[in-house]
Amino acid sequence: MALSAAGNPVGTVFEAVVVDNLTRTQIVQYAGASGDFNPLHTDEVFVTRVAGFPTVFAHGMLTMAMTGRMLTDTVGDGRLARFGGRFRAQVWPGDTLTARAEVTGVVVEDGDRLIELAVSTVNQDGLEVFSGNAAASADP
Amino acid sequence: MALKRFPVEAGHILAFADAIGDENPVYRDEEAAVAAGLEGIIAPPTFAVAGAHFDPHYPLRPTIGEPWFGSGREPTGIRAGGDGAAGGGPTPAVGTSSEETALHAEQHFEYHRTLRAGDVLTPSSHDGRTWQKEGRRGGTMRFTEFVTEYRDADGTLVLTSRTVAVRISRTEGAG
Repeated sequence: MALSAAGNPVGTVFEAVVVDNLTRTQIVQYAGASGDFNPLHTDEVFVTRVAGFPTVFAHGMLTMAMTGRMLTDTVGDGRLARFGGRFRAQVWPGDTLTARAEVTGVVVEDGDRLIELAVSTVNQDGLEVFSGNAAASADP
Repeated sequence: MALKRFPVEAGHILAFADAIGDENPVYRDEEAAVAAGLEGIIAPPTFAVAGAHFDPHYPLRPTIGEPWFGSGREPTGIRAGGDGAAGGGPTPAVGTSSEETALHAEQHFEYHRTLRAGDVLTPSSHDGRTWQKEGRRGGTMRFTEFVTEYRDADGTLVLTSRTVAVRISRTEGAG
């Protein structure tokens, strides 16, 4: 199952809530699965008393991974050609994130038709926490 | 010192998919993946970062028998102003100390093919550009870029990863 280029013209928007009320437990779970045990993400004592943040915060890569779920749900499995972006603001426990992708064009690279997408993930206050772009192989 | 061999394992993919809240059966069920037209279980798009587990010297995982900068008896296990932020590895280290915080600023992946359970990847890394700018609240933001190419057992390029880390100094003249 892939996205149809003809059926999804420039300006088509896909959107999904990728986490509702992010828990500290999920951040710990991501630390374990990813192997990034930076205490900034899991250690309340360290993060408040040494690093000087109000509480722990999510790995940027967790935000990107959850954003990636919206993309793969949209473009199909194994279809991504590119996915990248910037971490623009921290994601905190309790946050609800909505990931959005907008079709910006279609290109042909090495005979492969790619749909290009602008990607943006915002928190419950509308603050952008991740912005980037992606490209995925598409059907005609 | 860096990651030399990254076996992509089905159980690891399952744990990673759970952690990112993705119930997609292609990350956990061989039959479902084949039914979806894939050769088998595949990995989610950002899974390559989890290769950190196979880097024997990954600085953001406690090294057995050595002090760790997270809290224990004291708020941090290392001396104040110590070596929380270190470099190296396919994912550049992000850490913190009393003078400096290092964070992941950007991440970009180029997929030459989808990662599959059973792949054994050989990463090779090189430093990219470095640049700096002044932070809005004073202090200097120093950016460093790091590129990793992952090749499969046949030597075919599977994935290219480009990471940008930023180090933010907290006090003037620090770092």
